[in-house]
Amino acid sequence: MAEKEATRAAYGRKLAELGEKYDFYVLDADLSGSTQTAVFAKKYPERFFNAGIAEGNMISVAAGIAASGVPAFASSFAMFACGRAFEQIRNSVAYPNLPVKICASHAGITVGEDGATHQFCEDMAIMRALPNMTVVCPADSASTEALLEEIVNYDGPVYMRLGRYAVPQFYEKGEREFKLGKGIVLADGSDVTIVATGIMVAAAMEARELLAAEGINAAVIDIHTIKPLDVELIKEYAEKTGNIVTTEEHSVIGGLGDAVISALAETACAKVVKHGIDDVFGTSAPAGVLLEHYKLNATGIVEKVKKLLNK
Amino acid sequence: MEKKTVLMLKERAAKIRMHSVEAVYGAKSGHPGGSLSIADVITYLYFHKMNVDPANPKMENRDRFVLSKGHCCPALYAALAEKGYFDVSELKKLRKLGAMLQGHPDMKGIPGIDMSTGSLGQGFSTACGMAAVAKRKGYDWRVYTALGDGEIEEGQVWEAAMFANQYKLNNLIAFIDCNGYQIDGAVEDVMNPHPVDEKFRAFGWFVTVIDGHDFEAIDNAVTEAINSGKPAAIVCKTVKGKGVSFMENNYTWHGKAPKDDEYAIAAKELNDAWEKAAEDVKNG
Ligand SMILES: Cc1ncc(C[n+]2csc(CCOP(=O)(O)OP(=O)(O)O)c2C)c(N)n1
Ligand SMILES: [Mg+2]
Repeated sequence: MAEKEATRAAYGRKLAELGEKYDFYVLDADLSGSTQTAVFAKKYPERFFNAGIAEGNMISVAAGIAASGVPAFASSFAMFACGRAFEQIRNSVAYPNLPVKICASHAGITVGEDGATHQFCEDMAIMRALPNMTVVCPADSASTEALLEEIVNYDGPVYMRLGRYAVPQFYEKGEREFKLGKGIVLADGSDVTIVATGIMVAAAMEARELLAAEGINAAVIDIHTIKPLDVELIKEYAEKTGNIVTTEEHSVIGGLGDAVISALAETACAKVVKHGIDDVFGTSAPAGVLLEHYKLNATGIVEKVKKLLNK
Repeated sequence: MEKKTVLMLKERAAKIRMHSVEAVYGAKSGHPGGSLSIADVITYLYFHKMNVDPANPKMENRDRFVLSKGHCCPALYAALAEKGYFDVSELKKLRKLGAMLQGHPDMKGIPGIDMSTGSLGQGFSTACGMAAVAKRKGYDWRVYTALGDGEIEEGQVWEAAMFANQYKLNNLIAFIDCNGYQIDGAVEDVMNPHPVDEKFRAFGWFVTVIDGHDFEAIDNAVTEAINSGKPAAIVCKTVKGKGVSFMENNYTWHGKAPKDDEYAIAAKELNDAWEKAAEDVKNG
């Protein structure tokens, strides 16, 4: 397995590469080193704008650029790109349905030491609520790169959630086809389906091993697109296994878990348990320590599965 | 300001700089540059100017301080610890699991923190809210706040500046820490906020420009500000990373911790400066 890498690094690299093939502008808000848009800025300074520490303005400027025929990527920390500028996203981007791609790094609890003010665990919930918005949360570098090319080719607003923390490399480059809105079955199973997104995909595969050792046969699905959700695939596995555990580095309110539950609400063909951050603000500590602390790992998933199966 | 007071403040500030860098080093993350540039202003406020009581952090008629550039809390935490709000040993736990001292100021968990901050621009508005209560209710406490020269690029800062003028918040004093740098580089290169003084003046504020490392200048400016009868912006020309040779005016030290060898150099420089300042206090 390749070395660990944060999804933001793959984003920065791929964005600069895609700049050769596609016409788009990139904006940042004084965090281009952290979000890695600096790689693009260096290569294409004439297609880059540093908006300074002014995220609301950055998003609406991006919307103006997109309205003038040039797709725009806008990056900052998730907390500020999506949190601070929410209303600008809603009214300048989502409502006019413009091709602005908000690629936000430092999402979730793995921001680490900066603490609660910067650990945005509600971003997918609020972005999901917006009409016209596509919400993407890749698991590793290869999926980030593949999905980014999909995003460049998609003519509409997108929110892409990226991380600060270096995570295990999960997919081989070119191994799979990534399509917006299409989940990926990583492993089949009969007792339970673990529906995972982002950095929890690798943990879900680990959990599958642990469960197998106890005689539990788990399917694992990577839902890299939270919206539009691959409802068909989820229904299929709900019927097949009757039990679903969702897992995400995000609040259990409004994210993947609630999206899955909503999708299944009419059919009621499976029991669903959500695994994620339990409606609390985070705290300062190194990212790895926090993943343990909040049980955002394979053992945390295993516990949820066993609870669901009464084992 | 008496010479004796100046010497005392210099010694306190030197100590606070030592603690700030040590805490960031211990946490292996954090923001040394802007902590070192604002250390003198914070020292002045807590060790000379503000009516506060560490034994009674929520004292009703206390003066308030909002660190709007919340990422520079290592300097504030160090000042609060030295002032006696909590034990100095807490500084070593900064940013670790279960620690009281969070990566950004947390008013619910840390005695002496008047407002939770970290998202730039918001602290300034909360300071306006505090000053507005004092005005409306006739309380005589003051509200002090500190902002970065990158932070003032946020539109919210100018919304707050208008609010303060509209409601004649003459009990509000804002220090603008003009250290010249934000994360991506020099402020002029990223998103030029200058001229800062003329902007605040145009917004109806009293403005004065000083050397932010000169205690007498800070004290005179605050006196003028109080007498001005207006919300006041004290534009402080400062050095980002002040006191550590390799951090000074180097924007890459905005938000990272020194490695072992770097810390050894920083600690020596800061300790030497502190020993000299302590000696000066003794010799008067
Ligand atoms: C709203 C918001 N956007 C972005 C950030 C990330 N950030 C933290 S510090 C900083 C630069 C601040 O520069 P400045 O205000 O000049 O601070 P100083 O030089 O005093 O450290 C940025 C962009 C933030 N904390 N809040
Ligand atoms: Mg600055």
